[in-house]
Amino acid sequence: MSFIATPQSMHFPDALPLQSGASLRDYHLAFETYGQLNADRSNAVLVCHALNASHHVAGRYAGQDKSEGWWDNMIGPGKAVDTNRFFVIGVNNLGSCFGSTGPMHAHPDTGQIYGADFPVVTVEDWVHAQALLLERLGITQLAAVLGGSLGGMQALSWTLQYPERVRHAVVVASAPNLTAENIAFNEVARRAIVTDPDFHGGHFYRHGVIPQRGLRIARMIGHITYLSDDVMNEKFGRQLREGLDLKYSTQDVEFQIESYLRYQGDKFSEYFDANTYLLITRALDYFDPARAFGGDLTQALARATAKFLLVSFTTDWRFSPKRSREIVKALLDNRRSVSYAEIDAPHGHDAFLLDDARYMGVVSSYFDSIAKELA
Amino acid sequence: MTETTTMQALARLVPEGSRVLDLGCGDGSMLAYLQRERGCSGYGIEIADANVLACVRRGVNVIQLNLDEGLAMFGDASFDVVLQIDTLQHLRNAEVMLRETARVGRTGIVAFPNFAHWPNRLSVLRGRMPVTRRLPYQWYDTPNIRVGTYKDFEALAHKNDLRILDAFGLQEGEAVRFLPNARAGTAVFHFERSA
Repeated sequence: MSFIATPQSMHFPDALPLQSGASLRDYHLAFETYGQLNADRSNAVLVCHALNASHHVAGRYAGQDKSEGWWDNMIGPGKAVDTNRFFVIGVNNLGSCFGSTGPMHAHPDTGQIYGADFPVVTVEDWVHAQALLLERLGITQLAAVLGGSLGGMQALSWTLQYPERVRHAVVVASAPNLTAENIAFNEVARRAIVTDPDFHGGHFYRHGVIPQRGLRIARMIGHITYLSDDVMNEKFGRQLREGLDLKYSTQDVEFQIESYLRYQGDKFSEYFDANTYLLITRALDYFDPARAFGGDLTQALARATAKFLLVSFTTDWRFSPKRSREIVKALLDNRRSVSYAEIDAPHGHDAFLLDDARYMGVVSSYFDSIAKELA
Repeated sequence: MTETTTMQALARLVPEGSRVLDLGCGDGSMLAYLQRERGCSGYGIEIADANVLACVRRGVNVIQLNLDEGLAMFGDASFDVVLQIDTLQHLRNAEVMLRETARVGRTGIVAFPNFAHWPNRLSVLRGRMPVTRRLPYQWYDTPNIRVGTYKDFEALAHKNDLRILDAFGLQEGEAVRFLPNARAGTAVFHFERSA
């Protein structure tokens, strides 16, 4: 049984200039904190979330069973990131649909729901907003910033945007940018949403509908890429959904995997916002710190002064170990302190959210060493 | 070969404050010692999960890599010293890795079990592969897939244009400079690339 978490929200009246040139003002950031900030404010750990997660990183909500945070196996009292020693902060990113200001909220000038008019936000914009929240919480330097996948990109970006405010960065199952194939998956998902007749150019709220068909398909394709072939085969293989006889139907659910993907798609389409999906996949596509340096990641990471731990998973083909090694190499070129673990886990990209003794052991030991520096 | 005296004997070859790359760094004890006692910095390379964990636990930078995949991640002469301590005998591409060691490091230090140590010779004379404290495995389950001698390494170093700065044997943590090929269980070579 996990501890009780309490969501909070902070209002920011001033305009946040965005990378695109647009800006956002009068926005809210939803966040949660666990543990106690120590007297010299040196034990803060920021956790950045990936595509479909939120500020609810750990613990559960009062009176709600099965409401554990998305990284509850990693973070909490006595866990790898021990909230008895660290003050852990989870922030919901702008554009999300879980509490922070996003496309489902009203524009402060017009009072109209943003919908498709919500400005494009980037990893850098998110990190900027997170930094403003930390300032308001009185935290001038993080003991560590931690994230997996898109969250790992934010952790990496922290070390480049605010190098003096980060002592350690833990970057799990991430990449220095997306490959063409990866952007391609995102584009298929976006097309599924945008071409849904219920999308209405992103202003579906006005029509009282939700482009659920598009969201379902977006989630289905995403889900396929988060798993490995082996795990899918082990879990579903060629099992039929009903009985042993083939139906010889092109449209009925025949195989167990189809049923599973449809179920995942249905579930997702009930809680996730279509515009948020577009925004977050775009933020993934745009992230590329080496771009300003002619593609030279070594030069791009020269600004980073944090110590790094990188972790990848051998069966992760969406954010493969090769991509993590590129970050490691750029850090080595810059003579930065870095450790890298390549975990031979079977679960594909999803492995970063799952329990694996080797993975948890490395992260736990790394945070132990950070805790020793606090003493 | 983690006995303290042996580690100290090898550490003496590493100049104070060096940037060190330790290939097959095991649990990181050598790097931890070099950081603590000789003000060195650097990274270990390991393939085994348990060793990677042990390194992180003791605060040694470690990169999980299979050495048989090469050292493409590391630039030319990017380290003062590259260590290969009890690593060479496990490598499929022992010669390639020796060249890579010389490329990445300004100097290299290689230590490995010397098969020509006299108890090993005696054992082979009796018709059996040696099983000793230094080579504790049976021939059919040994992880030591490269079996060589002090003299063999001299020849390999020569073939690869390595200039030997120092070479000696190690036995019970003591340097053996007289007839090391017969008298030492461990061969140690300190070398650099010929200019």
